[in-house]
Amino acid sequence: MSAAPVLRVEHLTMRFGGLAAVSDLSFNARKREITALIGPNGAGKTTLFNCITGFYKPTVGRLLLTHADGNTFLLERLPEFRIAKDARVARTFQNVRLFAGMTVLENLIVAQHNKLMAASGFTVLGLFGSRSYARSEAGAIDKARYWLDRVGLTDRADDPAGALPYGAQRRLEIARAMCTDPVLLCLDEPAAGLNNRESAELNGFLRATRDEHGISILLIEHDMGVVMEISDRIVVLDYGIKIADGVPSEVRNDPSVIAAYLGVSEEEALTPQAKQM
Amino acid sequence: MSDSPPAPRTDKPAGKQVDLLAALKEAALAAAVAFALFALLIGVRTEQGPTGALVIATRFGMLSAFVAAAFAGRFVFAVMRHRLAIPASLFAPPAVKKIAAALSPYLALVILIIALIVPVLFYRNHYVLDLAILIVTYIMLGFGLNIVVGLAGLLDLGYVAFYAVGAYSYALIAQDFGLSFWACLPLAGIFAAFAGLLLGFPVLRLRGDYLAIVTLGFGEIIRLVLLNWQNLTGGPNGISGIARPSFFGLPFNSSANGFAATFGLQYSPTHRVVFLYYLILALALVTNWVTLRLRRLPIGRAWEALREDEIACRALGINTTTTKLTAFAMGAMFGGFAGAFFATRQGFISPESFTFSESALVLAIVVLGGMGSQLGVALAATIMLGGFELFREFDQYRMLVFGAAMVAIVIYRPRGLVAARSPSVAMRERKAIPADIVRNARTESPA
Repeated sequence: MSAAPVLRVEHLTMRFGGLAAVSDLSFNARKREITALIGPNGAGKTTLFNCITGFYKPTVGRLLLTHADGNTFLLERLPEFRIAKDARVARTFQNVRLFAGMTVLENLIVAQHNKLMAASGFTVLGLFGSRSYARSEAGAIDKARYWLDRVGLTDRADDPAGALPYGAQRRLEIARAMCTDPVLLCLDEPAAGLNNRESAELNGFLRATRDEHGISILLIEHDMGVVMEISDRIVVLDYGIKIADGVPSEVRNDPSVIAAYLGVSEEEALTPQAKQM
Repeated sequence: MSDSPPAPRTDKPAGKQVDLLAALKEAALAAAVAFALFALLIGVRTEQGPTGALVIATRFGMLSAFVAAAFAGRFVFAVMRHRLAIPASLFAPPAVKKIAAALSPYLALVILIIALIVPVLFYRNHYVLDLAILIVTYIMLGFGLNIVVGLAGLLDLGYVAFYAVGAYSYALIAQDFGLSFWACLPLAGIFAAFAGLLLGFPVLRLRGDYLAIVTLGFGEIIRLVLLNWQNLTGGPNGISGIARPSFFGLPFNSSANGFAATFGLQYSPTHRVVFLYYLILALALVTNWVTLRLRRLPIGRAWEALREDEIACRALGINTTTTKLTAFAMGAMFGGFAGAFFATRQGFISPESFTFSESALVLAIVVLGGMGSQLGVALAATIMLGGFELFREFDQYRMLVFGAAMVAIVIYRPRGLVAARSPSVAMRERKAIPADIVRNARTESPA
């Protein structure tokens, strides 16, 4: 497995007024690896995701994304739709955000908007029913069919996304993100609300997706079972500060991580800054 | 008001005593509301006194009659409610439903055929032809607004502004440069689309009610500009003597090179009316065709996705700025076409034709039709404007009837006449999506 980083987070700080949700955070997410971000509630994980995907502009810091062909992108300088379109970072949301009133298939077609938009000659050719656009649309449906098959939703293709059960909605959101051909896939609590069987399936699916499509995954998760099982590396945040970074076995036994999760008595408590050393 | 859901009809008579008490309470409440409402409206009246000054006269008798009527009416209604619960099958017996279901795939075709033969059926009836032209004009406006409100989910209360821009563009270009209707029509559309972009930029970040307020203001700004820019628009006097449409260069008059003479017909002013009807019908059909087409293109799907969840759109790499602006521009363009038609049909335009009530009417058509449905818009425009005309004899009461009809529709069909959304693409079968899942311009995006 190559160890080159796909995403370098360098000295990232995000302040909201006086509150530093993320402060001076640096870590690398490596190519073709699953990097998990964990930490107690309010540790700044989702804030970090919002910085990476452009929904927030970081106060300080650099986010460097490198494609396989060597192209680099400074994500903090791009508007959010360019991050998805050009830098090819896809994301899902903590509270599922599907196009509820559109069918499952339509959700996956919308995800291929930019490719289809170009194929439709920015609407002009498509309006007059060009053959090349019809071909591209058929291709988009094929791709949607592939991902529906992968997440087991082929039977529900023509149902409205809002009518799916919760677990299926989560899977559909991941499939929709994959339809954008991402280099980096950011998943915000993909296993939340899933039962044991479903989260085991999710683990298998994420691993297979990483291996077969050569993508890197950044994952926020509270379910330690999922995290320890599928992550190649784990970054632990607490109060916006990185307190540990390593392979699962290292992180599991790190005293500062245990302290952050279980709490410590006042005497042995060190300030998080001191722990970071 | 405080209607509790009707109790099941298996109520035992034993519950009757309690029902009466509740009914009395309800009736008293209704009477109180009626009193508050009518105390000043009916109870007090200003009249000219003996010295010519206004004096206040009281009409307590009439007031108490109104309050008593409200009390009695509500009481009877409350007592009889269970027995009044009318089964839905009375409105739509199974047989009717069956026929409707069998016809519904052909409904659009039937409407189209009827629309095509209207001038044949009513050739001698100018009144009906004029009404038909009016209805189709509003159908076209509804189609245009439907792109903005129904598909993109952007609540626009100032749509009449684009109608006005189209009308004035046509009138001014035709008068000052002497261009023909067919040359002016695209220009009117372009100017209106440009106005759409102008409106679109400042409101990119707004949604729902806030967007509605700003667009409302925009509509008024355009009207006030038209009213006050005397040199260009003629101010409140408007523009008169606008070139009438010609049949590809043949004017509709009795001259030797007119339409009638060229085709060897006897001259009749009806020719022009029929031509105008087919002109607006063609424009509306083109609008419909383009809209249906756009819905199946990436841009149309992006509009609908924008309505459903803007943040998810951005996360998928959709440029929401251009998506919104194209929706505004496209909707405005069709409004501009309709405006140009309006100007050529009337021959005279003034800012008075472009008041807020026009925007409200077009929006009501879109909402009543079921946001996003083309067929619904066509039906709603026909019902609303046809209804207006039907009740014309009732003069001042027709607004009352109209209001009651709107209330009934809001209660019984809150999502419009054609509420279900039809998917733009399907793998196996196209299933209609129930309206309660689909978002609309009034529901905010999830937080």
